[in-house]
Amino acid sequence: MGVIYVMWSRQLKKYWRSRARMIGALGQPLLFLLALGFGFGPIFEKAGGGSYIQFLAPGIIAMSILFTAMFTGIEVIWDRQFGFLKETLVAPVSRSKIMIGRTLGGASVAVIQGFVVFLISLFVGFKPESLINIPLAILFMFFIALLFTALGTAIASRLKDMQAFPLIINFLIMPVFFLSGALFPLNDLPRAIEIVTRLNPLTYGVDGLRNTLTGASHVNLFVDFTVIITVTLFIGIIGSYLFSKIEI
Amino acid sequence: MHVSFSSSKIKKFINQQREKYILYKKMVLMVNESIITVKNLSKKFNGLTAVDNISFEVKKGEIFAFLGPNGAGKTTTIKMLTTLLHPTAGEIKINGYDPVNEQKDARKSFGIVFQDQSLDEDLTAYENMDFHGVFYNVPKDLRKKRIDYLLNFVGLQERKDDFVKNFSGGMKRRLEIARGLIHHPKILFLDEPTIGLDPQTRNHMWQYIKDLNKKEGMTVFFTTHYMEEAEKIADTIAVIDKGRIIKKETPQALKRLTNTRSLEEAFLKLTGKSIRDEKSSSIDNLRMNRKIWRR
Repeated sequence: MGVIYVMWSRQLKKYWRSRARMIGALGQPLLFLLALGFGFGPIFEKAGGGSYIQFLAPGIIAMSILFTAMFTGIEVIWDRQFGFLKETLVAPVSRSKIMIGRTLGGASVAVIQGFVVFLISLFVGFKPESLINIPLAILFMFFIALLFTALGTAIASRLKDMQAFPLIINFLIMPVFFLSGALFPLNDLPRAIEIVTRLNPLTYGVDGLRNTLTGASHVNLFVDFTVIITVTLFIGIIGSYLFSKIEI
Repeated sequence: MHVSFSSSKIKKFINQQREKYILYKKMVLMVNESIITVKNLSKKFNGLTAVDNISFEVKKGEIFAFLGPNGAGKTTTIKMLTTLLHPTAGEIKINGYDPVNEQKDARKSFGIVFQDQSLDEDLTAYENMDFHGVFYNVPKDLRKKRIDYLLNFVGLQERKDDFVKNFSGGMKRRLEIARGLIHHPKILFLDEPTIGLDPQTRNHMWQYIKDLNKKEGMTVFFTTHYMEEAEKIADTIAVIDKGRIIKKETPQALKRLTNTRSLEEAFLKLTGKSIRDEKSSSIDNLRMNRKIWRR
């Protein structure tokens, strides 16, 4: 328990101490929210979709979580290059615990980031349906964060080189984000695109988040939950395995 | 009556002798028991042989120096002993455990101060120390006591809440050594611990380690390029070059065998005077370079 807590708190401390990172990471979601929200808003409404900001905000919250979570993986490579990884790897604690602590820490940071985007979206005109469901929404944020932190960490466990990581992550993040229903509704899509969106775990995260925040949804909440937890567990196990096999 | 009395006396005497004998045998065993055993150990990196079929033993409670030129395979060997690298071939036992298949038990048996930096620069000195204590399961009160003592010991008490990234090279080194001493392992690995330290700190540190070695019977396995340091401190010295162990003797025997007056001369006689070229020095040298660039 001590080890998990220490690894978790380490991540939060480092996040809190680098305000620049905190603020910098808000730029992109804010741009998406404003540019897309106000840019596509009129068309979306004319097409009978209702308020676009209302539709978009949960997607952008999910996006900021996705990006923050995936990129925390780079800290493994960072630690490898600056040596701290060795210190944790020779310690007489199971590497899964280290991996769990890291993942929880990264996920918590991503949730905070997502929550800040949520607060910002309130100023842009987003209105959550009810406040009662907000804890449930935060739970969803947390599971999205866990899933993608575990994925980022798993990928980083196999990489030694700082330059390769962003390339690989961007290559993964973009399709995951664009084909998740974060930006557009998933109704009446071409068959091929629909299959891809169905296979994308973020689809269920975005849907769950949208459901808990606005009441609108494409899949049902129970399915969302089950899918996202199963995939998180699966990736977590693979990630722990890869992490435990690191040699320096 | 009289006979039985004397026979019980004899029995008592025999028992006493037997106990003494057992105690004596235990002591002999303890002296001779090896805590690190390495048999035919090799490590290859893409065809380059860093460690070439070495075998040696380190006795319990011994101070063991592992000496060799750059790129001789010292750090690679230490990495294999400490579970960070898997051997290409050969067998290792650390405190009776195999570092490949019984990692957790092996890791419980040792502590290590790495050759290159392993601190988290975004944390404070105290946090780095405290995290280490948690990793090694040192109880809270003891942890705090030892951290305070050790920070004082290496002269960093006033800077304990500063971020490590603001420290000089020597301060980081001192912190790293202090951190390695928070828990008292059965075996302590020190990979060039004194690099970049002033003589005061060096003496101070070795005194402390020798103390621990005596009081707690802690085995010390270290590498260094300061020969006078090895000569003064080590019970046994193994000289390694190009991945092979050339000699393993006491410092006195090494000097006698090579007919030299100082360990430095003995070392140069054994390993030659040529400076190692890039090819023979693989990872060690890379790491050295990195260190130079960083400072």
